[in-house]
Amino acid sequence: MSEELLRVLKAAGLDVLSCMQCGTCTGSCPSGRNTGLNTRRILREARKNRVTVLSDDALWLCTTCYTCQERCPRDIPITDALLELRRLAIKEGFMLPEHRKISEMVVECGHAVPLDEETKQKREELGLDPIPETVQKYPEALQEVRSLLKACKFDELVAEK
Amino acid sequence: MEKLSLFLGCIVPNRYPGIENATKLCLQKLNIDASDLPGASCCPAPGVFKSFDKAAWLALASRNIVLSERLERDILTICNGCYGSLADANLELKKDPELRACTNMCLKEVGMEFRGTVEIRHIVEFLYKELGPEKLGEYITTPLDLKVALHYGCHLIKPSRDRKLGETEDPVFFDELVEATGAKSIDYTDKMMCCGAGGGVRSGHAPESLEMLERKLACIRQAGVDCIVNACPFCHLQFDRGQLSVNERFGTDYAIPILHYSQLLGLALGFSPYELGIEQNAIQNIEFLARIYEISAGLR
Repeated sequence: MSEELLRVLKAAGLDVLSCMQCGTCTGSCPSGRNTGLNTRRILREARKNRVTVLSDDALWLCTTCYTCQERCPRDIPITDALLELRRLAIKEGFMLPEHRKISEMVVECGHAVPLDEETKQKREELGLDPIPETVQKYPEALQEVRSLLKACKFDELVAEK
Repeated sequence: MEKLSLFLGCIVPNRYPGIENATKLCLQKLNIDASDLPGASCCPAPGVFKSFDKAAWLALASRNIVLSERLERDILTICNGCYGSLADANLELKKDPELRACTNMCLKEVGMEFRGTVEIRHIVEFLYKELGPEKLGEYITTPLDLKVALHYGCHLIKPSRDRKLGETEDPVFFDELVEATGAKSIDYTDKMMCCGAGGGVRSGHAPESLEMLERKLACIRQAGVDCIVNACPFCHLQFDRGQLSVNERFGTDYAIPILHYSQLLGLALGFSPYELGIEQNAIQNIEFLARIYEISAGLR
């Protein structure tokens, strides 16, 4: 696992030696102001190849606003690297139940936020078709979405283990 | 490519249809050729899908792109999340042959092939580049006497390496589009700060997400504006429904009205608050509604 951590981070352009631990990332982080997200520490842990970083819940407190990445004086693609860490964490089975639910929703109806009765009514009030021109209207389109997710084994990835 | 297909995403058609209607009305008025994109799915949501599995993210994103390639139309998004997800996928698939081959293997399952023939646009970036604030100003029939706190949203401009819309600390292009409607864009503390919703934080860590939102709202209230304007329905949802949650959690009494840029532009193009769906927001600020009805009726 630890070899994969290094390989993946390298592929994401995160040169483990280029981070000088200046803390600009943490100081710029809108989440870190209030939460346990300490980007500088995550980078340090990652470059020391500590796989415990993958089980750190703080990985999921990042809003992916990219401010750290924009401001990094060493041009490290920090947010991209954090997304790589998240994907590894998911592979290792760390997935929040709320995120699992959203994923299942996409598998089920092609949308992360599906249509509800209240919105159908709002659509009609505006003179719009109550069912929008999306995958929700076309069963064959929904079938395509499901086939693609199955082909990628996404359904297995998000299934409760 | 001057022909577009309108990509709705999830939150606009399924929670804020007023933004869908407003966008269609504005595009029509501005003589922009934008068709529907029948059968499109979730972009898919970058916070969850891009964080989970690259192959599945690229498969769903490329399917949406292929639907528009078949129409020979660029995709027009009205959401920063959809824009980020589709533009990133489009870029990666165009520049990385290996990734493209992998994704096309997957797309073959449903008889599709990604060819890389279209671009992904965002309505704000599109209006700015293709029309510009001056030309847009010529269409305005109802100049808006409103003070606006503009929220760019993160994924419209970042990562700047890929978006190429200029610097990200103090951008002005969106402000210029707002001011083209007659409204005044008021500067405020932490204007470029995230709304707190993205990256799966709103769904996965609601209390922390609301803390970030509260900070934003406090700064906006201090600026003394009439409303917030955004270009992303996920930020819109966070500001609108989230405001009620913030009030519940922190005992505050925020009631700041919130408009998507299509709704603001729609008002300035002469459409009524009703047809733009502004009254359908969770935040019901009667004073503001009365004011925009007066503006819309030419009484102010």
